[in-house]
Amino acid sequence: MIYIFALFLLTLLVITAIAIVRAEDLFVAVILTSIFSLLMAINFFILDAADVALTEAAVGAGVTTVIFLCALALTGDREKPQKEGRKGGQKIALVIVGVLALLIIYSTFDNPQLGDPDAPVHQHVAPWYLEKTPQYMDFPNVVTAILSSFRGYDTLGEVFVVFAACIGVLFILGVSPPRKSMQVNVKQSGLRHHLIPQVVGRLLIPFIVLFGLYTQFHGEYGPGGGFQAGALIATGVILYALLEGEAEALRAVPRRVLLGMVVGGALLYGSVGIVCMLMGGAFLDYSVLAADPVWGQQLGILIIEAGVGMAVCGALLSIFHAFAARERVS
Amino acid sequence: MKLLELLGYFNYWVFAILLAVGLYAVISKTNLIKKLIGLSIFQSAVFLMYITMDKVEGGTAPIIQAGVENPIFSNPLPQVLILTAIVVGVSTLSLGLAMVVRIKECYGTIEENEILDAD
Amino acid sequence: MIDLALDILSWILLTLGGVCVLIGGIGGLRLPNFYTRIHAASLTDTMATLLIFIGIILQAGFTLASLKLFAIMLFLLLTGPTATYALANAALLSGLKPGPGRSGLKPDAGTAKDKTKENSPE
Repeated sequence: MIYIFALFLLTLLVITAIAIVRAEDLFVAVILTSIFSLLMAINFFILDAADVALTEAAVGAGVTTVIFLCALALTGDREKPQKEGRKGGQKIALVIVGVLALLIIYSTFDNPQLGDPDAPVHQHVAPWYLEKTPQYMDFPNVVTAILSSFRGYDTLGEVFVVFAACIGVLFILGVSPPRKSMQVNVKQSGLRHHLIPQVVGRLLIPFIVLFGLYTQFHGEYGPGGGFQAGALIATGVILYALLEGEAEALRAVPRRVLLGMVVGGALLYGSVGIVCMLMGGAFLDYSVLAADPVWGQQLGILIIEAGVGMAVCGALLSIFHAFAARERVS
Repeated sequence: MKLLELLGYFNYWVFAILLAVGLYAVISKTNLIKKLIGLSIFQSAVFLMYITMDKVEGGTAPIIQAGVENPIFSNPLPQVLILTAIVVGVSTLSLGLAMVVRIKECYGTIEENEILDAD
Repeated sequence: MIDLALDILSWILLTLGGVCVLIGGIGGLRLPNFYTRIHAASLTDTMATLLIFIGIILQAGFTLASLKLFAIMLFLLLTGPTATYALANAALLSGLKPGPGRSGLKPDAGTAKDKTKENSPE
């Protein structure tokens, strides 16, 4: 019965995607993108991927929309209509992607059916992970166990990618623009005439941050972990910045603290790996961290998830502040 | 082929259509922000395909509860890969948007044909 | 016996909640004006939330899950109307005047950009 709902959602996804491509007003396109991410998150949840649904909702429908809107505020709002010479090119592009879609649809007839337990993807590695997690790590969430311990190298690379993106954005947008426009008069920062969102926001922000911390530390027992927690705490601080103004948010969490969080998170992850080597195991082999190997694994996973959460939160907030502090040049 | 078997492939067809839509936005629109939005649709389509592969019929989310006999779990491995991919996707998107902002400041426009003409 | 009564009650509540969502959706499409459409959308935020969540809480019994559901319902009831207020306020400050029928043209592009710029400090 739930598959009929899944079919309905997938059709809505296709309709939303086509509407995004056809929208000329970029603001409309960005809002439709956040609706698209939310529909995708619901779809992931129906397909039993709880961690991924949480991440897609927090990162895709939350932070991506804010960054897009910041970039839109600094550039134009509408897409210019296509010139005449491009119309032929557009028809050729349509034909090419149509042929590509038909080829992929033709090739998917060889795929295993949805949910087939004998499919090759379920055979070799996955049952091994499901069997060995209670033995090596003894906590419920298998996805966190694989993410932080069995495939810890991938997550290390991911933290470094987030760090590199943060540094890249700070390099590109850290330089002040050429001041061509006249002096803009100093308005009060923050929203004016918006008392109700300010009051409700001040009521809710502590609970948002608390929920972020809950997600961080319960990553081993349910869906959660470092990425989702970092995105949630960043969302709380971004809400504070939107309501009270960016200067207030920079006073609450200064830039040095944000940079310290990004660097500290990446360093924490790397140094746990090196400490494991110093204590006699391989790089990122947490069982040597304590006398009991199972407790060593849990300790190692706790520390690196904290590192990941710090790095993601600091990076997302630095990127937001880099966009928001930029003046628009017309 | 029976209708139920056909419906089993519906996820893969939606993946193909979303891939085509995202690719069309990237190659044929001239506005740079529209291209980035198309890129993010393309990425989401790939995530959909991976997570579709991980579902096992009658399974639940791969969280081991104590005291349940003989449970069936969905495959946890594609979920781990897609978690990494989502975060990497948002990182590259923010870097791309930073570059678009700088291009707008230097050239005054974000339409691709006008930028190519100005060079 | 009490199980049957709980089941029937939650069926009724969930169906009513679904009907509220449907009415909100139809209103959002068919009403003529921006401000009237926000009214229809806010019906989904409040009435449907209450009905659907109470229906699910009755099904979940008195466990930890029902306390979490209650917390989520409280969060949605707080943030939904605030979002509707923020939308209406932004539209009013952009120059869209409430009026009968299809009044209120789209605000021109200049004022819309000033709205987003006032969030960044100078």
